[in-house]
Amino acid sequence: MQDSALDIENLSIKFHLKRGVLTAVNNVSFHVGKGETFGLVGESGSGKSVTARAIMRLIPTPPGEVASGGVNFGGRSIYDLSDAEIREIRGSEIAMVFQEPMSALNPVFTVGSQIGDVLRTNLGLSKAEARERTIELLSLVGIPSPASRIDSYVHEFSGGMRQRVMLAMALSCDPTFLIADEPTTALDVTIQATILELISSMIDRFDMSLLFITHNLGVVAHACDRIGVMYASHLVELGEKREIFANPQHPYTVGLLNSIPRMDTQSKYLTPIRGSVCNMMDPPKGCKFNPRCDHAMDICRQVTPEMKEVAPGHFAACHLHDQPTV
Amino acid sequence: MNAPLLEVENLTKHFTLNGDFVSRIAGKTQTLKAVDDISFKVYEGETLGLVGESGCGKSTTGRLITRLIEPTSGDVRIRGEDLLAFDNNQMQTARRNMQLVFQDPYSSLNPRKTIMQILGRPLEVHGLAPDWHGKRERVLELLNLVGLGSEHIDRYPHEFSGGQRQRIAIARALAVNPDLVIGDEPVSALDVSVQAQILNLFRELQEKFKLTYLFIAHDLSVVRHISDRVAVMYVGKIVETGPVEEIFSRPQHPYTKALMDAVPEADPNKPPPKLTLKGEIATPINPPSGCRLCKRCPIATPNCETDPPPLKEMAPNHFVACHNI
Repeated sequence: MQDSALDIENLSIKFHLKRGVLTAVNNVSFHVGKGETFGLVGESGSGKSVTARAIMRLIPTPPGEVASGGVNFGGRSIYDLSDAEIREIRGSEIAMVFQEPMSALNPVFTVGSQIGDVLRTNLGLSKAEARERTIELLSLVGIPSPASRIDSYVHEFSGGMRQRVMLAMALSCDPTFLIADEPTTALDVTIQATILELISSMIDRFDMSLLFITHNLGVVAHACDRIGVMYASHLVELGEKREIFANPQHPYTVGLLNSIPRMDTQSKYLTPIRGSVCNMMDPPKGCKFNPRCDHAMDICRQVTPEMKEVAPGHFAACHLHDQPTV
Repeated sequence: MNAPLLEVENLTKHFTLNGDFVSRIAGKTQTLKAVDDISFKVYEGETLGLVGESGCGKSTTGRLITRLIEPTSGDVRIRGEDLLAFDNNQMQTARRNMQLVFQDPYSSLNPRKTIMQILGRPLEVHGLAPDWHGKRERVLELLNLVGLGSEHIDRYPHEFSGGQRQRIAIARALAVNPDLVIGDEPVSALDVSVQAQILNLFRELQEKFKLTYLFIAHDLSVVRHISDRVAVMYVGKIVETGPVEEIFSRPQHPYTKALMDAVPEADPNKPPPKLTLKGEIATPINPPSGCRLCKRCPIATPNCETDPPPLKEMAPNHFVACHNI
């Protein structure tokens, strides 16, 4: 697509496991525009994290396999780059912030040494230059007394502070694209609010595009411009945020929005989606949501629906939107 | 309002850090006040939501009530009986009436036991299983209550999803017909759509068996949905309690207000989450003698650090611990 920062086209990722082949991402396509924040929403096992890692070629192959499609970043095809070329891009042009900072950051090195490592490897800075830049970055992300905290270890920081460190590391080489994989899920709600605000101000300040992965619809409602909803390895709905919340077109999205407890109304019972996610090693034929769908028709049990434009810029993969045959 | 089933008074749990002899001499000993002088009641048939962020002491409170951890001081009474005075045998009997459902469905079930064994065990321990057949009947009954079936009875926990495991954990809690069920973040580890199913199950079971719940959670919208009354905790203290409607539409304590403001609502038309508190969550280690929020509070005055805030009744049954409102 013209002028997009990131283009994912018909991407399918399979994992060859002892117990069989698992298709974790199934023919997924979407783009993230320049300066845009795109929210990729889904529950566990939907394939959203695998999709994010696939963008930076972080999926080990084997057992992973890019079965089809590709990722286009700034006009370059990620999967056609050499190892050296992808290493150039990783960390400097595309950066990633992960969910659990305690697991993502190295516990045996100081925070300064880890961020410094990134700076020296990617930008070729000297030790002294890296140290100065690191202190600047720590200050930028709101870590108090950065000149002394630079020599602290990860465990000496609280959860929110660790996430700021991750963000500092991600921003260190002035990336144009940031991938945030559940960056606030492990954090308390007040800390989450501060981190979301920090990410938002960094995006604005450095004019970055953001791919925000989460299962939290509340976060997506405020942090993102456009949303993609994933279910069991498929992208089932795609569109502008307000449109999706106001007019969800896929039964899964509708079900999800109906099932969450709200802050304002207190109904006695919630309306959950019946049943549970299918076994991905042995998924049902046709639309994977069909066993749980109140609108399932015969065709849903046979044919996997494709994404169709149901309103300008709003797509859903559901047979309810098939054009009637004359 | 009904009589109180559970009464907690001045409950305190302090942990000593670096309490060894040498550290004491060196003056390095510190006190972590995980739960510091809290009092509340849970009435028969109601759900009290205990809400707060990490480190506030809510999970510890759940464990103190059942004496999984021994309190440092204070009183815990079940229907007027002093739980802390019970010996081991009496506690054993008392525990039939208070059961816990834990947060992590992956670590709360013994991976080496079948569902039959897991659900049968509480029946055996409390003498509720006359014979093998009776026990199996009862286990099947329990499974049905939580939406599982006979095909599940001889399986192992790893064969179930997170939501199903939580159902098993709930069945286990119900096995002995308790009056009080303490849920320690029982839906936090579950996917959004599964959460809805489990929350409904909690409601259904409460109506069916007239259960009383102490529901510990950090997710405000979950607490809003399931609770009749709410108690808000911050760094070992209860800062506000009241009926759920009151607390959510008219929060009084600066911390409760900040918590409400920080929750992102799943509606782009509602205001975005905002921060009204600066700084990080205070530490429960060697806390100030006054209010724990004093360093972050927008309406703090100098006396807040030294003087414990008094409990004020702002509206019927709506109490707030603050000097300045």
